[in-house]
Amino acid sequence: MNSSATTTTKSSQQGLFAFLLSQLKPRGKLLTPFNIISVPVMIAGVIILYIRFTQGLGATTNLSQTNPWGIWIGFDVVTGVAFAGGAYIVTFAVYVMKMEKFHPIVRATVLNGFLAYMFYAGALVFDLGRPWHVINPIIGNSFGYNSVLFLVAWHFMLYMLAELIEFSPVVMEWLGLKRARRIANGLTLAAVIFGVSLSSLHQSGLGALFLMAKPKIHPLWYSEFLPVFFVVSSIFSGISMVIIESSISHRVFKMQLGPGSHEKLDDIIIGLARGAAMAMFVYYFFKALIFIHDGQWALMHDGWGMWYLLEVLGFVLVPMVMYAYGARHRSVGIIKFAAGMTLIGILLNRLNVSIIAFNWNSADTYVPHWMEIVVTLTVVFAEIWLFRWIVCRMPVMREPGKIGSPNREREMRSLN
Amino acid sequence: MDRRDFLKWTGVVGASAISSEARAGGKIDPDGPEFYGVLVDTTRCIGCRSCEVACGTENSMRIPDVKNDGALEKFRETDEKQWTVVNKFDTSKGDVYVKRQCMHCWQPACASACLTNAMKKTEIGPVTWNGDKCMGCRFCMLSCPFEMPKYEYDSWNPKVQKCSMCYQRTSVGGTPACVESCPTDAIIFGHKRELMEIARVRIYNHPDDYVHKVYGEYEAGGTGWLYLSAVPFEELGFRTDLGTTPYPEFTKDFLYSVPLVLLGVPALLSGLNLMANGAEDEDESEVYGE
Repeated sequence: MNSSATTTTKSSQQGLFAFLLSQLKPRGKLLTPFNIISVPVMIAGVIILYIRFTQGLGATTNLSQTNPWGIWIGFDVVTGVAFAGGAYIVTFAVYVMKMEKFHPIVRATVLNGFLAYMFYAGALVFDLGRPWHVINPIIGNSFGYNSVLFLVAWHFMLYMLAELIEFSPVVMEWLGLKRARRIANGLTLAAVIFGVSLSSLHQSGLGALFLMAKPKIHPLWYSEFLPVFFVVSSIFSGISMVIIESSISHRVFKMQLGPGSHEKLDDIIIGLARGAAMAMFVYYFFKALIFIHDGQWALMHDGWGMWYLLEVLGFVLVPMVMYAYGARHRSVGIIKFAAGMTLIGILLNRLNVSIIAFNWNSADTYVPHWMEIVVTLTVVFAEIWLFRWIVCRMPVMREPGKIGSPNREREMRSLN
Repeated sequence: MDRRDFLKWTGVVGASAISSEARAGGKIDPDGPEFYGVLVDTTRCIGCRSCEVACGTENSMRIPDVKNDGALEKFRETDEKQWTVVNKFDTSKGDVYVKRQCMHCWQPACASACLTNAMKKTEIGPVTWNGDKCMGCRFCMLSCPFEMPKYEYDSWNPKVQKCSMCYQRTSVGGTPACVESCPTDAIIFGHKRELMEIARVRIYNHPDDYVHKVYGEYEAGGTGWLYLSAVPFEELGFRTDLGTTPYPEFTKDFLYSVPLVLLGVPALLSGLNLMANGAEDEDESEVYGE
């Protein structure tokens, strides 16, 4: 960061290619705690993936004939995408509903959403036995349009495109392209509307994936309304992730932010907490309705019943009350705590449906192999690396053309 | 572009408006060929496991050493090397032998789950797998109520393995290898309509020798393989809690809602956006304009 002034003048004279090359250089300290932890894990992850692709899934995972899906689906895809729901909520608020209050976090949220889809949905490829056929449902020689997974796959892909468009003005500013930025800006609203529609469908679609597993999922978690549960919970899941993520980002990238940004963020977080509390109330109401309608009292007598209550009371009802209390008393600390608890609740719920309460009545229990966990961590770390790389170079957290920006002159060129 | 292609292409985005029509094997075409099936009469099975050997030979799979492996002593599932297994059950009416393999559902969950149409209900009844299309997502395994598709976890190029009702034989008028090998005619190949008639006649003629139910007549919407038994099917390791709804029906409502959402939500959002715009007249699409 200290040599940013000289870099700035240099970069403005460079050609585009040389500029991109210069951007690849690392910025900041190399031996941070995060780097020291993440690099060995990522190296191990790459080695494991080599084993996985040469010797098959059995060599690195504990998957079995009765448990065909493990944490690479249950956590990476099903939970990861629910966590990434913040992007469609925040873009809806900012671009559709014109809630200017949330504008300062929209870029980071969209970037996070895009990267989450890219990495977590991308991690699906590790889980595919024949990944080279991944294009089959896209190129049109084998459209299985009666499949929920077909729909989810297409919507993932189209949504990533929509998010790329939503984020593209930032890239254009970084590259100093004025005309392209203008065009990209013009596409934003359409991309947002498209993106929100797609999100509502693939978030619910992830729940619909499990509809045919009716005899395998414990009746407390199986419901014909799984798609509704998934889409409603993705709202407060996404919001909670935005609260946590923006709090961390504001600390880590403090030097990029202007004065007063801290107070602004508190305001934003309190606004988000209200939305989360509302969405959780709706979700809880649905759950209660199903509970009564299906007579689930009868299922409360064993460990599964307790486990269910822990999820629904401990990690939905309690954080909902905390959100409401925190928003009313403007207590950001309580809200952040509630956000953490909500995310645990979502994690519990998604893992319960896809792994823990899946095959609950079968003798064959799936526990992830340590190599599966390392690969999952690799995916998470890789995403954080790319996020950091982009935030350190593009005007994501800060405003474009701000004094002290590493690429200020290019950014100025892209503005009016 | 003919109508079929048009439907395919609209299917990409609108996905499922047409799904009931296109659902693999979802509708029985009254003018098409009748679906084949197999009737298993467990009261006739002597547990010789000739069917296992014949299946392995015909399909180049594992050929069990029937005489020496003592496999009947414990319960076995089919696996990625063997499409069919015979199990012995100690029941109230003595030892009963039951062959198991893919049930070849009338409306298979696996085929409806498959996003590449690799798993397919063929027009004569067998459910088959096509390795050129499969991308190995294992959604068929997750969806199958009978847990029949098995996976080669130890291969870099894994196949999904399950009984194909010897499609290479049945599609040219032959019978499955297991049926041919059975010395006691415990398994009979034919159209389901005929097989049901045979099954009912047997129950009618020997009302004390059979439970009055044909497993597979309605299970999971009806299956190609049908079972007769002298003891309740629970005693023979059959799941009797699968219901009679064809499994693809469980996702139908969701898939039907997709085109509605894809058309309705953007319209709603555009409307909301116009309402929100009313307050300000400036174009706000410039993010950080000044």
